[in-house]
Amino acid sequence: MVNIILVSHVKEIAEGAKKLAEQMKQGDVEIIAVGGTPDGDIGTDPDAIETAVNEIYKEDGVIILADLGSAIMSVNMVLDWLEEEVREKVVLADAPFVEGAVVAAVEAGMGNKIEEILESIESADMIKKN
Amino acid sequence: MTEKSKEIINKVADVIIENKKYLTELDSAIGDGDHGINMSKGFNKVKEKLEAKDYESNKELIKTVAMTLISTVGGASGPLYGTAFLNISKIIPDADFDLDSLIEIGESAVAGIQKRGKAEQGEKTMMDTIIPAVNSLKESKENGDNIEEALKQCKAKAEEGMKATIDMQATKGRASYLGKRSIGHQDPGATSSYLIIKTVVDELY
Repeated sequence: MVNIILVSHVKEIAEGAKKLAEQMKQGDVEIIAVGGTPDGDIGTDPDAIETAVNEIYKEDGVIILADLGSAIMSVNMVLDWLEEEVREKVVLADAPFVEGAVVAAVEAGMGNKIEEILESIESADMIKKN
Repeated sequence: MTEKSKEIINKVADVIIENKKYLTELDSAIGDGDHGINMSKGFNKVKEKLEAKDYESNKELIKTVAMTLISTVGGASGPLYGTAFLNISKIIPDADFDLDSLIEIGESAVAGIQKRGKAEQGEKTMMDTIIPAVNSLKESKENGDNIEEALKQCKAKAEEGMKATIDMQATKGRASYLGKRSIGHQDPGATSSYLIIKTVVDELY
């Protein structure tokens, strides 16, 4: 089963998205919310992202969703630090944060493979609102 | 040389901390208003780390600067400057810097920042200060300038590059959300990059 990490500049946004996604999830999908700086300000904390990856990593893979600029940069930096075999299975999704989190949680819970989940959440339909 | 490098980094940290308010004001105009706060938070921690132990090589010293900025800055400048310093730590010599090593340091910084931010010159970012500064060093080498002249030129080009961001429209980072309204403001990242380059140049010669 694929696990999920949600990285936002704001702790409450990450935790809120996790709450929303968990409402829909089935099975044992693990979701970790990472938000804000270590001292509680708005921002991102690469060390916390690395800790989350180490905590949640499984061979089925991990999908990371991130909100804005520095969250994306921080995730990419942490990905560079990972061991090659772990790195291959941890993916920063090119998907909207909240919608991506919900759909990833649902599909991961159904036992879909990481490639299938990414295909769903990275599709243009995800950002269509009307 | 490591003592000297430590002195330079401490001075850079002081200048960033002194300019906390200025950088934050620039960032409030077109961004999220945290650049000065984040940078001074990072460099305060850098000062603490440098104070706490002796470093045997420039590589070790600069790697500590990199990892400290990455862990404490919190905004985009953490990964950007952090990766720049991390790249520099891989190639920085312990001997006195000559023009070749300064060029290599500059190119490593550019490569590190571009790896994270993917910005080119002209997008109202740090790159608008740093790329002209590095290009200036390369030109000086071609012209056979001595190191003093090369550094003087480098600082002037960095300042020119920073000021050129005033007329640019941001296409990278948070300021890009403002579109045309980002025009008319000097970029905070380009400004902190200038402060760093200026301080290093002033401390070297």
